[in-house]
Amino acid sequence: MTIEEIQNEIIDEFSMFEDWEERYQYMIDLGKTLPLIDNAHKTDVNIIKGCQSKVWVHANMTDDKITFTADSDAIITKGIIAILIRAFSNQHPTAIIEANTDFIDKIGLKEHLSPTRANGLVSMIKQLKMYAIAYQTQLN
Amino acid sequence: MSATQKHIALNVDAIRKDFPILNREVNGKPLIYFDNAATSQTPQQVIDVIVDYYSNYNANIHRGVHALSQEATDAYEQARIKIQKHFNAKHVHEIIYTSGTTHGINLVANGFSSLLKKGDEVIVSALEHHSNIVPWQMLCERTGATLKVIPMNANGELVLSEYDALLNKNTKLVFVNHISNALGTINPIKSIIEKAHAVGAAVLVDGAQSCPHIRPDVQALDVDFYVCSAHKICGPTGVGMLYGKEEWLKKLPPYQGGGEMIAEVSFEKTTYAGLPHKFEAGTPNVCGGIAFGAALDYMNSIGFDTIANYENELLVYATKQLEQIEGLKIYGTAKEKTSVISFNVGNIHPYDIGTILDKMGIAVRTGHHCAQPIMDYYKIPGTIRASFMFYNTKEEIDTFITALKKAVIMLS
Repeated sequence: MTIEEIQNEIIDEFSMFEDWEERYQYMIDLGKTLPLIDNAHKTDVNIIKGCQSKVWVHANMTDDKITFTADSDAIITKGIIAILIRAFSNQHPTAIIEANTDFIDKIGLKEHLSPTRANGLVSMIKQLKMYAIAYQTQLN
Repeated sequence: MSATQKHIALNVDAIRKDFPILNREVNGKPLIYFDNAATSQTPQQVIDVIVDYYSNYNANIHRGVHALSQEATDAYEQARIKIQKHFNAKHVHEIIYTSGTTHGINLVANGFSSLLKKGDEVIVSALEHHSNIVPWQMLCERTGATLKVIPMNANGELVLSEYDALLNKNTKLVFVNHISNALGTINPIKSIIEKAHAVGAAVLVDGAQSCPHIRPDVQALDVDFYVCSAHKICGPTGVGMLYGKEEWLKKLPPYQGGGEMIAEVSFEKTTYAGLPHKFEAGTPNVCGGIAFGAALDYMNSIGFDTIANYENELLVYATKQLEQIEGLKIYGTAKEKTSVISFNVGNIHPYDIGTILDKMGIAVRTGHHCAQPIMDYYKIPGTIRASFMFYNTKEEIDTFITALKKAVIMLS
């Protein structure tokens, strides 16, 4: 699936939720259940410090596709990370570089990507793209 | 007369009508604003002054010969007198307008660059906001002076015996907040000032968190510098004041160069204006200064004793309710504290609770509150901080407690 197709799938899923409570409960459950990163990669090098919550990101490329793993100390942040990784992981660097994050707005989580939130997510997306650019350079 | 009878009861229903923002909804719920320690809300009386200024007499001050400039200058200088009276400064020129507390601290820290040398010592408290730490660290880097820290205890109180041990003939400056922004602790600044003066050190008190709740008397405190921001006291953002004793303000060099702060300028030599203009380079926040005065008028019309008494009721009520929640821990349990409650519930991240509360229309602050050393002391990433002002109600606290319990269930 392309990033866009995955994003549309996520938008469809979220459209079934009736209110913010169901939406957030889903995010919290995602945050709780998913193993997102190998502890060996939860290092200071991989840390993105938000003012409030911390985010760790690790990237790896096999067969021209990047796999991301990540984690956060805040569970809602972790839930959003799970959604972002579902959309961006296992994709070609070019697709990641060109992808946008409008779908976060469409599933009602826009406020978490506001710079004032200081949860590390804005920097995390930037970091995903930086990894993609770095791996793209390797492919060239 | 009993202690409670001394205060005029506060009519919170009438007061809430003064604050238009309290009528709005957030995420479909009536706003409950408990982030007052970050910024307070603005009453209509102050909003009217701001609108009136821009509608009727907006002008640059001090130099214009025209009517608008005269009116603006008069109002701005009248507000300075209101500030002087409010803080009981001896002279009106001891009141310097600033852009806020941080500006006032930087102005003083910068001025001391020329007065400190290697071997001198300055003392800060463990309870400070970053803005009352970093400018002094920069000052120490510039001058070679050493920074010492008064430690805190688990209740969030300063350990004064340690302070006594830090003071010596090399101590030149002590800076401490009147009230901690992260924990609400009221520091014993009178005694801190007396002890500093006994060794010849000057004291700067950061009053950002105290001015909304108490009315400091700078002469009675004998404090050398006192700083605060208008936006914490129902005034606008971008304006504040620095009180400095005349002798100190004369000693300190100007902070910024520019218009307004000069007497004569030539390419050979410039002479500086007298106080307070020496420290007020450039066009100031004229409207902000006037509105600052209006905010003090508003607060004084209610009365600080009445405010403090009512806010203490809210603090006691909320603390009691919060303590009923399983796994909840309050940080900052000083005997003397204002209406600020910092807490965590179990291992739930403050960001998560703050996010869920926001969905229910409740504004609290989460994070380290720009006081990372305090968070490091407790070994936590941050806290949830609920801070109350005199326009908050017990009913709002009830709603907040219900919402908090719901958030905890969702996140557990």
